[in-house]
Amino acid sequence: MSGFILQRLLQAIVIMAVMSVIVFAGVYAIGNPMELLIPPEATQDVRERTIQRFGLDKPLVEQYFLFVKNLLQGDLGRSYIYNEPVLKLIGSRLPATIELVTTAIVGALLLGVPLGIYAGYRPDSPVSRAIMSLSILGFSVPTFWVGLILILTFAVELGWLPASGRGDTVEVFGVGWSFLTLNGWSHLALPATNLALFTFAMMVRLARAGTREVMLTDTVKFARAAGISERVILTRHVLKLISIPIVTVFGLELATTMAFAVVTETIFAWPGVGKLIIDSINNLDRPVMVAYLILTAGAFVTINLVVDIVYALLDPRLRKGHAR
Amino acid sequence: MSWRGSGARSPLRTFWSRFREDRIALVALFVVMIILLLAIFAPWIAPQDPYDLSGLSLRDARRPPGFVGSGGYVHWLGTDAQGRDLWSAILYGLGASLQIGVIAGAIGLVIGTMIGIVAAYAGGRVETLLMRLVDLQLSFPAVLLALVLMALLGQGKAQLITALVAAQYAYFARTAFGAASAERAKDYIEAAMATPLSNARIVFRHLLPNAMPALIVVATVQIANAIALEATLSFLGLGLPVTEPSLGMLISNGVKYMMSGRYWISVYPGIALIILIVSINLVGDHIRDILNPRLAR
Repeated sequence: MSGFILQRLLQAIVIMAVMSVIVFAGVYAIGNPMELLIPPEATQDVRERTIQRFGLDKPLVEQYFLFVKNLLQGDLGRSYIYNEPVLKLIGSRLPATIELVTTAIVGALLLGVPLGIYAGYRPDSPVSRAIMSLSILGFSVPTFWVGLILILTFAVELGWLPASGRGDTVEVFGVGWSFLTLNGWSHLALPATNLALFTFAMMVRLARAGTREVMLTDTVKFARAAGISERVILTRHVLKLISIPIVTVFGLELATTMAFAVVTETIFAWPGVGKLIIDSINNLDRPVMVAYLILTAGAFVTINLVVDIVYALLDPRLRKGHAR
Repeated sequence: MSWRGSGARSPLRTFWSRFREDRIALVALFVVMIILLLAIFAPWIAPQDPYDLSGLSLRDARRPPGFVGSGGYVHWLGTDAQGRDLWSAILYGLGASLQIGVIAGAIGLVIGTMIGIVAAYAGGRVETLLMRLVDLQLSFPAVLLALVLMALLGQGKAQLITALVAAQYAYFARTAFGAASAERAKDYIEAAMATPLSNARIVFRHLLPNAMPALIVVATVQIANAIALEATLSFLGLGLPVTEPSLGMLISNGVKYMMSGRYWISVYPGIALIILIVSINLVGDHIRDILNPRLAR
């Protein structure tokens, strides 16, 4: 078992090393940020000093090793645009993203699972058909388009909800949170709905498919024969039996939703990490791009590693070296 | 059911007669055909060449649907910020989006199928290495991967197709591997390998045809996904160059006017995009149902 974990751990480290080289080389291959940093009227002296200060005069290989050395010490460099340590910059934006993503997937779960169970319980009712149509739309319509329609409907035409920003925040542990104020909730409503739609569609499908299967099993037949009410059967037994696949997918969805937050944050000008990365791509803010990509890759490799190890703990067949 | 199933009727006929049974899928297929024709014949149908900047007049800019512009014809869907006729722009944009989606889908299909079948046929170390790589990539959201690649590669058509292929080939590889390795385990392949038949013959005559039905379904869905992904990237400003606007770019261009109530610049290209994606998905869904042996009657 420890051999398996060690093997996977080594794999993860190799992947991270390869990723860091690709990201570093790739990001440094595009454009020259100095044109943005140094005003055209600057003297040659200022120009050289700036280049030196950012270490851009050194050969690329040396820059890379310097980057890795700093990375291991927890220093990811300074943003060219904000002139702040990158880690601090990302850290200051992270709560907004976490708030948005959490609201979206918790909302999708709380709404999607009951509706999915209903659609599986009464597959032929018009309400179920409506729920399923909604979930098909959630799958095929691009996130950004739904976002625009939400803005057009609720912000421009009806004027009920604001279309951008976080609104009033309350400081807790030195971090501002929108979900603690009513105004913050009104700002959170549209982007969270937008981001939730895909996960919602997924939850509806999973819950519906699971419910249809479980309703045919002996568990339900005997429960009915014992005179247990349909409500109790659905909430006690069906919900419990369908929860395993839902929990698995929920974990994976967390990562995907974080990725889609990039799109949603851009549309709704939500000041999170996703908007930061799009801005930094447009501004050629290399340190921010590199840091974001490395951190994201690290997060995904870690999630995969944990999933692999948990599966191995659950399934002894996987421990014997071969993955299949 | 087998793709090359023998019977009184040709497999294609059987397929078509089953496809016809579903009204919605039939309508969707019809819509896809119409859109294809509109996109191909756009230069003859469109009242204006939207790429020809000299033909545009700023006096016609941001006019609502139904406006009669300086060209003397009605702008049924209104005009955009450059005075472009939106109907013409959408016709050309459909072409741009479809082109990207189909090319990216086709390249992804070829590369992914090759990887999947090689992994299934070779087995052992090769299989572990290739499929581990594919699994790893599948755990990474396609939109994020494409976004990162576009940031690294810069704008342009070739870069965009590269990013889309890199984000999508893994789905084809997984499908091809699944179908081919199931076939590989059967006795007749084992028997064929014992004879002096060449590897290429076994792969192309037996493994590939048996993986085909599943691959066709994935290809349909992936073309729709590629179109949606391209639109998303263009919307974020990381897609095609501005000179040849795809649907995503048209939508993106109209966003800043949306707030002031000039909805049509974004909304009509968006509706065209949705119709395209949803129709392709419906057709793909129905093909999957027909080819799924578990649902066969």
